[in-house]
Amino acid sequence: METARPTHLDAALDALDADPDATILAGGTDLMVSVNYHALRPASVVGIRRVVELQEWEGRFIGAGVTYTRMEHGPIPALAQAARTVGSSQIRNAGTLGGNLGTASPAGDALPVLAALDAKIVLRSKGGERTLRWDEFITGPKRNALQPGELIVGARLPESIPPRQAFAKLGIRNAMVIAITSCCLFREEDGTTTIALGSVGPTPIRAHRAEEMISGEADPSPAAIAEFGRLVAQEVSPIDDHRSTAAYRRHASGVLARRLLERVLTR
Amino acid sequence: MIRFTVNGAERTADPVGPESLLTTLRDRLGLYGSKDACEQGECGSCSVLLDGELVCSCLVMTADTDGSAVVTVEGIADGDTLHRVQQAMAEGGAVQCGFCTPGIVVAAAHLFEAHPDPSEEDLREALAGNICRCTGYGAIVRALGALSERAE
Repeated sequence: METARPTHLDAALDALDADPDATILAGGTDLMVSVNYHALRPASVVGIRRVVELQEWEGRFIGAGVTYTRMEHGPIPALAQAARTVGSSQIRNAGTLGGNLGTASPAGDALPVLAALDAKIVLRSKGGERTLRWDEFITGPKRNALQPGELIVGARLPESIPPRQAFAKLGIRNAMVIAITSCCLFREEDGTTTIALGSVGPTPIRAHRAEEMISGEADPSPAAIAEFGRLVAQEVSPIDDHRSTAAYRRHASGVLARRLLERVLTR
Repeated sequence: MIRFTVNGAERTADPVGPESLLTTLRDRLGLYGSKDACEQGECGSCSVLLDGELVCSCLVMTADTDGSAVVTVEGIADGDTLHRVQQAMAEGGAVQCGFCTPGIVVAAAHLFEAHPDPSEEDLREALAGNICRCTGYGAIVRALGALSERAE
């Protein structure tokens, strides 16, 4: 097995240019499960955890190599809350934002935060850079728009992030669970609200009708808050699987949405 | 060929393909302290320090560890002198079948290095990725809690 261990972005992109089909290895928390269970036998690997440019967190740009442990102690409370729900400290020390995007699981814990903020995903190859909105990048369950030879460089968040923000995740225990549903909400002082949910559709999804309704409520009444939860529950499209039923996921999504709204309104 | 340090000693290893650091430690370097249970990062019984970070060695690809420093449970004691975490767990009866113990020793030793005064909640959160299938958490948390500076 060929292995490249670049320390700089140029060298990583050169390695991927020379071998576009190489398997990209960051924290290994998803990839190595596939290796250990004989689902994947990479012919060549580009290990990117040493690439210094990917470790950068400059203002609203978060490098793909930033771990959940760093997000957990970072300046964005909703992202910190999401990161704290990931796996265990062992997993959070290894897993990265870029890996969450690369795997593109509907249950990726950081993804509802990126979705609610309309984050842009920055991709680079030796040929140049392109930027896709989160929903152009994540194209389906465990599918994304990354092309051979490209690397996820990071996520760019909007300059202004409302301080009224919250994240919550539902699972059977606090640690080591894949979300039954997860939810992230931001609310501007003028009422403009965005909400995104994970594990209740093929990709993270935004509840646009609920957003539109509650954004028009400057000081939401209990009835408006209840209606917001009801609309969110209508807009998600969950499935039955071994972790939960579609009906419970739909119900829980509405409850989480209502609770997060109440939480940001009372602070 | 991979060159790294394991418990402070220079070692080389010749991993087969994408094998995990856990496999390399056990099958090539004869370090059987790190246990092989779930191989998917769920149980923590293979916990090691990689360049000072607590990780599951089953999720680390050995081929990507060239130049790294690895500390396994074998490197936690100082020669024949047990680490205080090991001493506390032995004295506190915080071991039942013992399979999870190496991972818990590594995780707890790492926790106390950074946070000498964990609360019970801190301890439980720090050990949330280490599963004890004997469900012996009470004794583990009591033994380790006694080491916290809060307990003095």
